[in-house]
Amino acid sequence: MSLRGAAYIAGAWEHPTRKAPDKSIALLHAECARGALADAGLTKDDVDGYFCAGDAPGGLGPLSMVDYMNLKCRHVDSTDVGGSSYQVAVGHAMEAIAAGRCSVALITLSGRPRSEGQATGTAPRPGNPAAPEMQFEFPYGPATANLYGMCAQRHMYEYGTTSEQLAWIKVAASHHAQYNEHAMLRNVVTVEDVVSSPIVSTPLHRLDCCVISDGGGALILTRPEIAKSLKRPLVKVIGVGESPKHQAGGEIDLTFTAARWSGPPAWEMAGIKPSDIKYASIYDSFTITVLMQLEDLGFCEKGQGGKFVSDGNLISGVGKLPFNTDGGGLCSNHPANRGGITKIIEAVRQLRGEAHPKVQVPNCDLAIAHGTGGALGTRHCGSTVILERE
Amino acid sequence: MAYVARKIPFVGTPETNPETKPFFEGAAAGKLMVRRCTSCKKVHHYPRELCPFCFSDCAWEQASGKAKIYTISIMERANPPYAIGYVTLAEGPSVLTNFVDCDFKALKIGQDVTVKFIQTEGEGPSLPFFTPA
Repeated sequence: MSLRGAAYIAGAWEHPTRKAPDKSIALLHAECARGALADAGLTKDDVDGYFCAGDAPGGLGPLSMVDYMNLKCRHVDSTDVGGSSYQVAVGHAMEAIAAGRCSVALITLSGRPRSEGQATGTAPRPGNPAAPEMQFEFPYGPATANLYGMCAQRHMYEYGTTSEQLAWIKVAASHHAQYNEHAMLRNVVTVEDVVSSPIVSTPLHRLDCCVISDGGGALILTRPEIAKSLKRPLVKVIGVGESPKHQAGGEIDLTFTAARWSGPPAWEMAGIKPSDIKYASIYDSFTITVLMQLEDLGFCEKGQGGKFVSDGNLISGVGKLPFNTDGGGLCSNHPANRGGITKIIEAVRQLRGEAHPKVQVPNCDLAIAHGTGGALGTRHCGSTVILERE
Repeated sequence: MAYVARKIPFVGTPETNPETKPFFEGAAAGKLMVRRCTSCKKVHHYPRELCPFCFSDCAWEQASGKAKIYTISIMERANPPYAIGYVTLAEGPSVLTNFVDCDFKALKIGQDVTVKFIQTEGEGPSLPFFTPA
């Protein structure tokens, strides 16, 4: 039985903060939960399923946060696949709701790498020494920026992609961010601005990289009959997919992402094709991330991403595929170094007609929110959510 | 952009892990050791006891040390800058590494490179790096 439409996103809330040195991570999670519940018109006592990932503080998955928020849950899930965890959580919550394991699912993300002074993209962070790859990778300095830089370099080699084409992705994000009062970077930039900004790790420039921010977000998923009893516009989950991609024993191909595998099951469940999509939230840790995912999700042929994103094609009101109309990770925020949930939240705003009027897509009835977690250069997860306004 | 030696960090205690110990012993002796499957005959990396292609047992062998650059990224923000990349070994698998003893900007995808071993900081184990052939 297809899960299509088994759950609706009834509540969505993004924390307005971008720097929160005076708040604990647990408090940020709870504030996001409160915001999403208020948005849905539900209360804390309605929640019977809780979904979080590795950003939730505490050692044992969801336990510290369900304790802190005093939630009475009959279903929990703490699948952690980095920034893609929240698209995965939407799929898992839909499955749990369809199976009768819970009726009102809460998903939260929060973190404050900015207040903690984290050099997210440029300083290699050792992970668990027990990770089997650690001794064969960490000594070589795999910081986030160079792991994506390696993908961009190979994509340029195989397909002739240029820095100017990548820059158009940042240009589009900045056109949108100018209208987001909470965005960290609100100045509209040009292709020239991007390619003349300092190199971080070749071929990626500073303006090819996302921001480092505090903040968070939360979502409420629920059964169709509960969603229809609430006062909010109906946003139905019609397609989900998830898939990891890794080094495959050394058979490496850095020119594509896991979206190649997470997209097809989502499109099939939704029963639609990329050209039906009115608005796209695409994970934007770096410009190259967006370009490769757009190819892999089928918005253009492999290798044609550079042409596809050029000349404002991603700018709302200008191009054919409005993307990340909140400014995305490139300009607005990247809370906890994980941009998955904000992608879903902006897609919900678009479907409800609640995006900023300057970037609202007219008659926006079908949207996609795709996440990538981990690092494209080594191992990551892709997760796809397709939503429909009913 | 010239190569400047940097301290190479290392996390872990490979001498206590029999699964990968021959790799590090080989590196200390200037040999690049890889795993080849006794059943499907494919070489993989990083080294595992069970073949990641068919789950059969693997045997150790010394690789030629010859490889081609698959991709590269020069971390210019670091001090000193360093060049990370994948090289595709003549034996098959692509491995993560750094490029040393060269002008980073002159490196090209597809270029022939050869292995060179460098000891990690704090009397740590040696590891394979690559330099233009």
